[in-house]
Amino acid sequence: MATTYRICPRSGLQFDTDAEKLMRWNAVAGVLALLLGGIMALGVILTRWPAVHLLPADQFYLALTSHGINMLLFWIIFFEMAVLYFASSTLLHCRLATPKIAWAGFWLMAIGAIMTNVAIFQGESSVMFTSYVPMQAKPHFYLGLILFAVGALIGCFVFLGTLVVAKAEKTYEGSIPLVTFGALTAAIIAIFTIASGAVILIPTFLWSLGYIREIDTIMYRVVWWAMGHSSQQINVSAHVAIWYAGAAIVFGAKPMSEKVSRSAFLLYILFLQLASAHHLLSDPGVGSEWKVVNTSYFMYFAVLASMIHGMTIPGAIEQAQRAKGYNKGLFEWLRKAPWGNPAFSAVFLSLVGFGFLGGISGVMMGTEQLNLLIHNTIYVPGHFHATVVIGTTLAFMGLTYFLVPVLFKREVLFPGFAKLQPYLFGLSMYVVALVMMGAGTLGVSRRHWDMAFAGSGMAYEWPGAAYLMMGLTGIFGVIAIIGGAGWILQVVLSLLFGKKLDDGETRSTPIPLTLPPQTGGHAAHVATPGTMVLALVFLVSFILYYFVNWKYLSSLWGMA
Amino acid sequence: MADQEERVPVMQQVLDNPFLLLFLGITVPTVLYIVWGVMEVANIAVAR
Ligand code: HEM
Ligand SMILES: [Cu+2]
Repeated sequence: MATTYRICPRSGLQFDTDAEKLMRWNAVAGVLALLLGGIMALGVILTRWPAVHLLPADQFYLALTSHGINMLLFWIIFFEMAVLYFASSTLLHCRLATPKIAWAGFWLMAIGAIMTNVAIFQGESSVMFTSYVPMQAKPHFYLGLILFAVGALIGCFVFLGTLVVAKAEKTYEGSIPLVTFGALTAAIIAIFTIASGAVILIPTFLWSLGYIREIDTIMYRVVWWAMGHSSQQINVSAHVAIWYAGAAIVFGAKPMSEKVSRSAFLLYILFLQLASAHHLLSDPGVGSEWKVVNTSYFMYFAVLASMIHGMTIPGAIEQAQRAKGYNKGLFEWLRKAPWGNPAFSAVFLSLVGFGFLGGISGVMMGTEQLNLLIHNTIYVPGHFHATVVIGTTLAFMGLTYFLVPVLFKREVLFPGFAKLQPYLFGLSMYVVALVMMGAGTLGVSRRHWDMAFAGSGMAYEWPGAAYLMMGLTGIFGVIAIIGGAGWILQVVLSLLFGKKLDDGETRSTPIPLTLPPQTGGHAAHVATPGTMVLALVFLVSFILYYFVNWKYLSSLWGMA
Repeated sequence: MADQEERVPVMQQVLDNPFLLLFLGITVPTVLYIVWGVMEVANIAVAR
């Protein structure tokens, strides 16, 4: 079958017909997983809200397992496959390397996701997404995950293959665009992630079948976290790429310096995955040298890279806005930004929340000594809801508002709600992350069905603030779920009933990509004092919070 | 148009080579995190 290309009349983007269909199916599969994970979030949150305490223990752990897996793995990775195909085929104006194999990958992922969910809902596989041994799930729980991972691995290779095709067929000159480079970073980290996953999940699968006698628990944790942590870094790379794309789409902003941004992605490739060790900071069996080298010395390079992205993206936006004449004072460029455009507000809330809430807490937790303040408390989910929900999920949601007309050729219904949605979902999630971290600082456990220890001879007297914060987690969690459910409803209804938009021209040959010349191509040197101030605020908050926690550590075990 | 003879800086050559990046992105964490970590765990004496 010959490849055809559709030129989108709204964006000028060019879609290989096969790739386009794959993007649509992957995005839709992701949204279905988000829906299921979101329903489970309701069960989780209404149980952890002490005044409600909805589900019995076994159903709580079932819901928590399904929530973690559907959100963290299925929703995010399906969507990321769409991003990979977009960043390769569409942005490089190139045909997709091997569409048939890409479809095989998609179906493996879909079958795997269904299989694992079936296992979870049959009960007896409530091992949570980490599936730590010696807890044992049913074999099809692990098999589903393995199939899903193989499917995703295929997607990564199709992405790499498409880069090769584009180069061979000369659809671009020089270097690939920055957004594609960010996607490449994500794909590389994904390949390491999935390989590590295979190394640990295949033996675990065989163990659940009875072919292997035992799996060493510490060994499992070491290798499992090479997957568990790195998969979060796929997300980071992907949503940073989307931030760059958002700045370009909304403002026509050009990166402040291609060189600096690309080097920051290179730091991700080299160092981000080492931070896996921060999940074992309180573990016995691995030494301090290993912990400190992996989580401090090297990981700080990756943190540096995130701070570079966190500065250059607002910086690029500031430059673009100032060039348009929004030059008054420090912040006119920001005040006059299109706050009603969800593609912008979602990116901005995602960037700020990821940096301030996720980034600062992450560096604190990733310090060996401080880690034991919050290890296994609800602080941990507080932190990663700031990264995977505010950072990744919100960025994906914002991008989708752009994709509905461009990729699905439908008008977005209820544009009024679209204006509000990023604030409703994003800001309530800011609060959820903060109060979970607050409760965790007081010691409230994560994954705990009943913090009151009702009826258990050794109850613990929590300070009232702990209950207050878990109550707020419940209230704002419900608001966030409403914001998320609203988004799903809006997207699904728009896909089904939104006004059909015209397809645009279809051609049999792609229009080659013309990139601005590499040298002198970046924006003229406009000073960005506003971004500088924002960065300083960030640094001061960072330093204060970090040292407050050392102080807190020093007073933790009062010897009175 | 860029001069065909123009030398591409080394760093840019690295960044333009996806397979070199893939190699680095797999090797560095495999050696520093997995191999080193697994060796430490494997060296713990087994209780009898
Ligand atoms: C829509 C609103 C959401 C709410 C209210 C919510 C709430 C929660 C809460 C309270 C927990 C901690 C439960 C515990 O440890 O006892 C949790 C766990 C978790 N959430 Fe969410 N969540 C939401 C969305 C998401 C999203 C979008 C993602 C990922 C993209 C996500 C990923 C996770 C993961 C991975 C866990 C850990 C599960 C485990 O410990 O096994 N959540 N969620
Ligand atoms: Cu991690």
